[in-house]
Amino acid sequence: MRGWWEFITILGKRRPPDPEDLGLERELLMRMYRLLVLTRALDRYLLRLQRMGKVALYAESLGEEAAMVGSALALRPEDVVFPSYRELGVYLTRGVPISEILDRQLNTVDDPLKGHEFAVFGDSRFNIVPAPTPVATQIPVAVGYALAFKIRGERRLAVTYFGDGATSKGDFHEGINFASVYKPPIVFICLNNQYAISTHVSRQTGAATIAQKAIAYGLSGYRVDGNDAIAMYLVSRSVFEEVREGGDPVLIEAVTYRLGAHTTSDDPKRYRSEEEVRYWMERDPIERMRSYLISKNVMGEEEDKALWAEVEALVSAEVEKALAKPGLDPMVIFEDVYAEPTPQLREQMEEFRQQLRMERVMRG
Amino acid sequence: MTVLTFAKAINEALRYEMRRDERVVVLGEDVGVNGGVFRCTEGLLVEFGPKRVMDTPLSESAIIGVALGLAANGMRPVAEIQFSDFIFGGFEQLVSNVAKFRYRNAGHYAAPLVIRAPVGGGVRGGMYHSQSPESYFTNTAGLKVVVPSTPSDAKGLLISAIRDDDPVIFFEPKRLYHSLKEDVPDGEYTVPIGKARLVREGSDVTVITYGATVYDAVAAAEEVEKEGISVEVIDLRSLIPYDWEAISRSVRKTGRPVIVHEAQKTSGFGAEIAATIAEREIYSLEAPILRVTGYDTPYPLVHEHLYLPNKDRIANAIRKSAAH
Ligand SMILES: Cc1ncc(C[n+]2csc(CCOP(=O)(O)OP(=O)(O)O)c2C)c(N)n1
Repeated sequence: MRGWWEFITILGKRRPPDPEDLGLERELLMRMYRLLVLTRALDRYLLRLQRMGKVALYAESLGEEAAMVGSALALRPEDVVFPSYRELGVYLTRGVPISEILDRQLNTVDDPLKGHEFAVFGDSRFNIVPAPTPVATQIPVAVGYALAFKIRGERRLAVTYFGDGATSKGDFHEGINFASVYKPPIVFICLNNQYAISTHVSRQTGAATIAQKAIAYGLSGYRVDGNDAIAMYLVSRSVFEEVREGGDPVLIEAVTYRLGAHTTSDDPKRYRSEEEVRYWMERDPIERMRSYLISKNVMGEEEDKALWAEVEALVSAEVEKALAKPGLDPMVIFEDVYAEPTPQLREQMEEFRQQLRMERVMRG
Repeated sequence: MTVLTFAKAINEALRYEMRRDERVVVLGEDVGVNGGVFRCTEGLLVEFGPKRVMDTPLSESAIIGVALGLAANGMRPVAEIQFSDFIFGGFEQLVSNVAKFRYRNAGHYAAPLVIRAPVGGGVRGGMYHSQSPESYFTNTAGLKVVVPSTPSDAKGLLISAIRDDDPVIFFEPKRLYHSLKEDVPDGEYTVPIGKARLVREGSDVTVITYGATVYDAVAAAEEVEKEGISVEVIDLRSLIPYDWEAISRSVRKTGRPVIVHEAQKTSGFGAEIAATIAEREIYSLEAPILRVTGYDTPYPLVHEHLYLPNKDRIANAIRKSAAH
């Protein structure tokens, strides 16, 4: 049981160490930075698409990119992720193409999840299990998934992401407690963005930190600067390696801040001050990383500008392509309810087909 | 009378009861500072303070369990579950504790609480912001289940629910919250739980429904009227207990019942109504009992207008029934 009382930060230090002292190569840092930029650029586009009425509902990642990218960058492709609904940076870091995320959000004909549900992303090819909207319900499932790795002796791990609000649910406590008994290879990552819609984390729990909750289950918990991609990466890398080698489950609390609204149907002005938001704007994870890279001569101003321009152009081209695609056939509604439809469902499909035919006739 | 939306009528009922009865408290996710994600509890925190309006941690199980404890100890809690899709986190509390509390305690302790939850689809809400889970609860003795469809009924039934000595699950069709306005009686106004509303009189076919599909049923009735079919529409308003008198009176008149709800067909509440009609009124029937419902799939994000029992689907069922 280690860690929870310390706040781990690199970029938050008055004089952050040099990349060489951290053992981080330029290539990795630039990959990390590009992913942060890409996440922000795509996030903005998705928000815009929602405003245009093309996307039903969208939960922004703004401000939380470092916690997502930094941790996911330490995963291996064979590791499995159980996200909640906000982890755009995780998907991109796992190598999910922008086009696929857009297909998902816009429910085009190529939507890998066939329009059954919104917002959430998942794809077995990238070892991402689609998130459930009911908060925290993925947590015990991730524990079971990891347990199967242990039973079969595979050196892979499961990582589950969830918010501070999720830690109030039984699923969180019951899942982590179960994990503390069977010790499967799992890491719990709480993206503590300090709000569950309008409810501040101080109204979720009387405990001073989320990380300390690990102690009660006999596990280690780490409290990390979630607006620091480098700290998130370094902590995650060492935790993941330890867990992959048979170490106990670990809880990581990434302390970050949701700069945007909860979702596109939320108005944060109702429950928090502009001052507070400004305070966190000044700790913008991307700006922090940018100034670090520039101050350490890893990247120049011009290079940064070129990167943003390249990413913006890439995203906007992909958006154009996705918008031109047709939507899904209505019959998808009946797919995947069971491996084989029941006789009753088959009958209803037939009825639905007739309904569609009539619709078409009536529309001429 | 004041013109109110459905959401404002809920707000008005809560405020009225909180002013009248100090035991009434409100609790749920984002109900305080934020006034509820649908704004149904707007302004209550300012007027009644944090002892009576509680923003809770994100835990449906605790919200329902705590509400039960408050109720058992002399309060009149109104708990909000942000979407009825999330009520399942509190399913154990609701089904094992709340519903059976009076029976288990042989009346020593009661559970006079209300659980409000937005229900139903039609708002592009996808799989988990659109469900109609009422029949899980109508299949559980000890719970009352209410689904108003107009602002006036929302006010009158919510006040009755708060005053009821048993637990009431109060489902609010979310697509009506802000899309609907009407004159709502000011001040004291109650609608009894267990009484249906005759929405529209007719003589050929009876449509029995509740919640947001009341409006689709009326639209369908107006359409088929042009073809010479006269349709009666009954809004049940309350499912447990339900108003058998209203159903049987109408079925005796028309002999052609069509039951409509958004929830999936298999084991939906319509099955209960259909079975009771078959048991008691089979000799009044001129046509088979028909159901127009959601299909037996999870609620889909795409093409939800086709999934829902919309006007066209209801009109077709009415025509089919009338053709017998
Ligand atoms: C079980 C459940 N209850 C309520 C909701 C409605 N809801 C959606 S997101 C949310 C807040 C979640 O907060 P948190 O877990 O901190 O994650 P964040 O959205 O801040 O990333 C709520 C209450 C839900 N999705 N699931």
